[in-house]
Amino acid sequence: MPIYEQFEIQIPSDTAEGQAIQEKIIAAMEAAEFSPRDVFGMRLALEEGLVNAIKHGNRMDPDKRVRIACTVSDVIASIEIEDEGPGFDWNDVPDPTAEENLDRPCGRGIMLMRAFMSKVEYNDSGNKVLLEKLRVTPDETAS
Amino acid sequence: MSSTRRLDIEEVGDVTVAKFVDKKILDETNIQLIGNQMFGLVDEDGRKKIVLDFSTVEYLSSAALGKLITMDKKVKAARGKLRLCAIRPEILEVFQITRLDKIFDIKSTQEQALDGM
Repeated sequence: MPIYEQFEIQIPSDTAEGQAIQEKIIAAMEAAEFSPRDVFGMRLALEEGLVNAIKHGNRMDPDKRVRIACTVSDVIASIEIEDEGPGFDWNDVPDPTAEENLDRPCGRGIMLMRAFMSKVEYNDSGNKVLLEKLRVTPDETAS
Repeated sequence: MSSTRRLDIEEVGDVTVAKFVDKKILDETNIQLIGNQMFGLVDEDGRKKIVLDFSTVEYLSSAALGKLITMDKKVKAARGKLRLCAIRPEILEVFQITRLDKIFDIKSTQEQALDGM
């Protein structure tokens, strides 16, 4: 199983730092020939996951850091994002597609992560999320 | 007042066509700027018929969707009309997943959006 990227890093609570990591992961997925839709989905999920960690988890606190662990192989992209915040109850996020919530700007980030990733898993306290995308081969796309 | 324009504005008859300049509407500061410029079309300029053209946009985050929802509310409150157009398939999927395609009036092309506005 060829590995295209593997690292673990801690970054400050700064969205620009998050962007740089995002680009590194996306470049590895492109090198591993993930489909454009997979890459699109991962960029979206990373954006939501990193913004959640930096803004909502660490509340932009410069003393707090975000840990990112990444593995991109030819079959899977697996990213773990952990912040130093108190976490949140991810079972208690309102359904953004419910009629009464449609015009409320909340809950959509997590929903998009779930829609585009093969797996999204939070730890119990809600300050760590695992994003996994299995590579779709051209054969599977055609079927 | 920001000096960086994030929307290209064109008047077609009595309709304002606002085309996003950015390929990626992800960054918080940028989203804030875009939001303010969109809202200004209604709040400051009093425009009532607005078409938002997404042909340049390749990515957008849930924070950007939030701004679009607010924009839709503003236009409705002003008894105006808002249409979205030229959204590429991946982004259209984002609207469909979040069911926002039910809220927004989405047309395939700018011509279709302008038709009957």
